[in-house]
Amino acid sequence: MGAPEVTCKKVNCKNLLNELCDFLDGELDAATVEDVKQHIGRCEDCRLLVDTTRKTIEIFCKSEPVPLPQELRDRLHQALEQRLRGARS
Amino acid sequence: MSTTDRPRSAAAASRAGPVDDEASLVAAAKAGDLRSFEELVHRYEARIYRLTYNITQNREDAQDATQDAFLKSYQHLPDFQGDSRFYTWLVRIAVNEALMKLRRRRPQEISLDESIQTADDLVPREIEDWGPKPDQRVEQSELQTVLARSIAQLEPAYRIVFQLRDIEELSTEETARLLGLSVPAVKSRLLRARLKLRQSLDRLFHGGARSDLQESEL
Repeated sequence: MGAPEVTCKKVNCKNLLNELCDFLDGELDAATVEDVKQHIGRCEDCRLLVDTTRKTIEIFCKSEPVPLPQELRDRLHQALEQRLRGARS
Repeated sequence: MSTTDRPRSAAAASRAGPVDDEASLVAAAKAGDLRSFEELVHRYEARIYRLTYNITQNREDAQDATQDAFLKSYQHLPDFQGDSRFYTWLVRIAVNEALMKLRRRRPQEISLDESIQTADDLVPREIEDWGPKPDQRVEQSELQTVLARSIAQLEPAYRIVFQLRDIEELSTEETARLLGLSVPAVKSRLLRARLKLRQSLDRLFHGGARSDLQESEL
């Protein structure tokens, strides 16, 4: 990370990565969350790392799947119809 | 029969939320209503295809895995107990189908017990701000292309964990169970996947801005 390094009680520029995913996923204990928040409040590079990683997840998460290719849709529905109706007869 | 377990009408089902509606469709499909199952297929086919394609990165394998997942889910529908959403149950089946295809085609690429790498090499020295809504500043078609390419460039071990945790929103424990990994291994791979994808998007939002990440890393 960029200099100067900011040191908090537990979280610093070097060990932020250890907490990054759990912080973003809301899986950290309250004390460590507070440490992370204090650190990123004082360290711009770490704040941007957290912010851009969060945005990365959001962008992928909200992206809609493209519609199925028509060829696959036709093939899938034909196969399903054949198998499903066969299974019921 | 109580009011809670009485089958609802189609009109009532259509007014219900997606999860309630899904439960009604599953109940009807279990009772033998093929149209309800076909509605479930129609509802989830694009998401399941994206899932299998993102895992296999092969169109033919993804098509086969999608088809097999729906057929198996129908075949095993009587075993579905309803203790999770039908979609989550379907995802588990589809992941297994896709992994089988991937292992068959590229057995050396999906070692599940490979060593865990650190992610320090994926953090640049200086990080640039993306602003509040970076995805709205680029064309949607361009964004979709970059997202697909970024996922494709990840190694399977990272790609699959990201897909399950962040796109399908499975828990860490569920992801670990499905892939036969430890929870720390899932967390480590998820961190690395997220940072690699962050780096890919950084290039889009800053038009090839300086990066400390080697091209070969992606």
